[in-house]
Amino acid sequence: MSDLLLPPELRYAGIIEQRKNEDGSELSVLNLGPTHPATHGIFQNILLMDGERIIDGEGTVGYIHRAFEKIAENRPFYQITPLTDRMNYCSSPINNMGWWMTLEKALGIEVPKRAQYLRVIVMELARIADHIICNSVLGVDTGALTGFLYVFQYREKIYEIYEEICGARLTTNMGRIGGFERDWSPLAFEKLNTLLEEFPPIWREFENLLTRNRIFMDRTINVGPIAAEKAISYGFTGPNLRAAGVDYDIRVMQPYSSYEDFEFDIPVGKSGDTYDRFCVRNAEVWESLSIIKQALAKLPEGPYHADVPDYYLPPKDEVYNNMEALIYHFKIVMGEVPVPVTEVYHPVEGGNGELGFYLVTDGSRTAYRLHFRRPCFIYYQAFNDMVQGQMLSDAIATLSSLNVIAGELDA
Amino acid sequence: MALETAVIQNTLADQFGAKVSNFQQIHDILTFEVNTDDIKEVMGFLRDDKTMRFNFLTDLCGMHFPDAVPERQFGMVYHMHNWMDNVRIRIKCFMDGEKPEIDSVTGLFLSANWQERETYDFFGIIFKGHPQLKRILNMDEMVSFPMRKEFPLEDGGRTDKDDRFFGRTTDNC
Repeated sequence: MSDLLLPPELRYAGIIEQRKNEDGSELSVLNLGPTHPATHGIFQNILLMDGERIIDGEGTVGYIHRAFEKIAENRPFYQITPLTDRMNYCSSPINNMGWWMTLEKALGIEVPKRAQYLRVIVMELARIADHIICNSVLGVDTGALTGFLYVFQYREKIYEIYEEICGARLTTNMGRIGGFERDWSPLAFEKLNTLLEEFPPIWREFENLLTRNRIFMDRTINVGPIAAEKAISYGFTGPNLRAAGVDYDIRVMQPYSSYEDFEFDIPVGKSGDTYDRFCVRNAEVWESLSIIKQALAKLPEGPYHADVPDYYLPPKDEVYNNMEALIYHFKIVMGEVPVPVTEVYHPVEGGNGELGFYLVTDGSRTAYRLHFRRPCFIYYQAFNDMVQGQMLSDAIATLSSLNVIAGELDA
Repeated sequence: MALETAVIQNTLADQFGAKVSNFQQIHDILTFEVNTDDIKEVMGFLRDDKTMRFNFLTDLCGMHFPDAVPERQFGMVYHMHNWMDNVRIRIKCFMDGEKPEIDSVTGLFLSANWQERETYDFFGIIFKGHPQLKRILNMDEMVSFPMRKEFPLEDGGRTDKDDRFFGRTTDNC
């Protein structure tokens, strides 16, 4: 029987016995989770506590494991997109685009500039939505609900833009191999422009509410810090690494989808604590807004998808009225058009760090192996290390600022 | 000057001889094989050498090739990244189908810990020297390793999802 199945008081019994304090007080074991509002998903932390202070702990995951990699080995490539939606569901378009780009790299498909710019816009919108959720919920976890109420409606506005583009809001399944299913409607651009006008003052207000707030600063500064060297060894990327002072960003290191055409800074922190992670995400929202404005300003005319009939699903009205389109549609949906034998690793800068797709194909209708490099899975193993010696309430703030999404952790 | 792939290949060949082999450029990543027993040594060199500087273990995962020769039925794939020169490499190790074992690299990179546990969980590959090698995403009581190819996704007894009814045969599946 695994020791994980033992009741925690038995697992830690030896340590508790050894560590009896002189005043007679004892260590205690606390289960934080699996289902607790502060864990942001279903995972458990078994903490060994000396009063309010955390001495040791262990994270247990796997409660919603859905076997994505196994399913991916048994599905044609278009049917893998819904799996990527459901990993980091706060920024699912980034996952979708990352998957399409991986396939395009394997197939050697060049995507038109317009489609690349549209992808950049939608990926930055997804990053903003992701950071809105993370930072506003960090406020909630430290006792400030107001900021959450201010900004959360703008996540809805972003979802309305998604809805206009692809018909879905949360699990978007957006795009196709080679570009988008259809060009964006004028209403999508109208909604986007409204967001760009209305959102910045609200985000500024949100920052004013928390960034110099004495209580919030006390709750987050020097809480859950991680030094740069250790963060790198733990495999940190994204805002959590940048908060420790390392300016590593895939969009700059290995630009994809025309990111090299845009000017933007990489915000970095210093100490890698919860406050720095909050500030880095705040600053990244401004950079994302700037990228979207630049992309809109120089959005090229032209096709919104590559001319690859073997892989690009034909538009629905053609499928209904044109025999050739129907045949192509059928062949693609049934996975009859194979991907050549190859292997590809493609990373994108997800909302939470480097999201990588390692695809191995054997020439058949399905992937031979598809491995997702999920940043949340990588971060969470450092959690125990980051909270040792801290107070229980610090663990809540630290977990919140790491932005661990259970859907991605347990893929 | 950026680190050239030829420099990586020559340095590794000089340093390790036959322990490293089969260098190929696959898309944008230099890929090569390392003898299973030497992975820790080679990866440590790649991390610490002043020219190589592969400071980041991006990813690791297992592979299963049931149709390969017995000594190459399991594989480990490591992706490393040199941030200073912005170069990525892919390292592959192949293991015996009966007893897949490889050294753990948790001593070199802390990030390997859970990723190796995940690989053990799904493929049953044993990581020698791992501090806590136990299942991570699946139940502890499971006896099979579900990512191995012999375990089907769905119950083989089901007839309602038989591919033959949808026009597929083993040739086009």
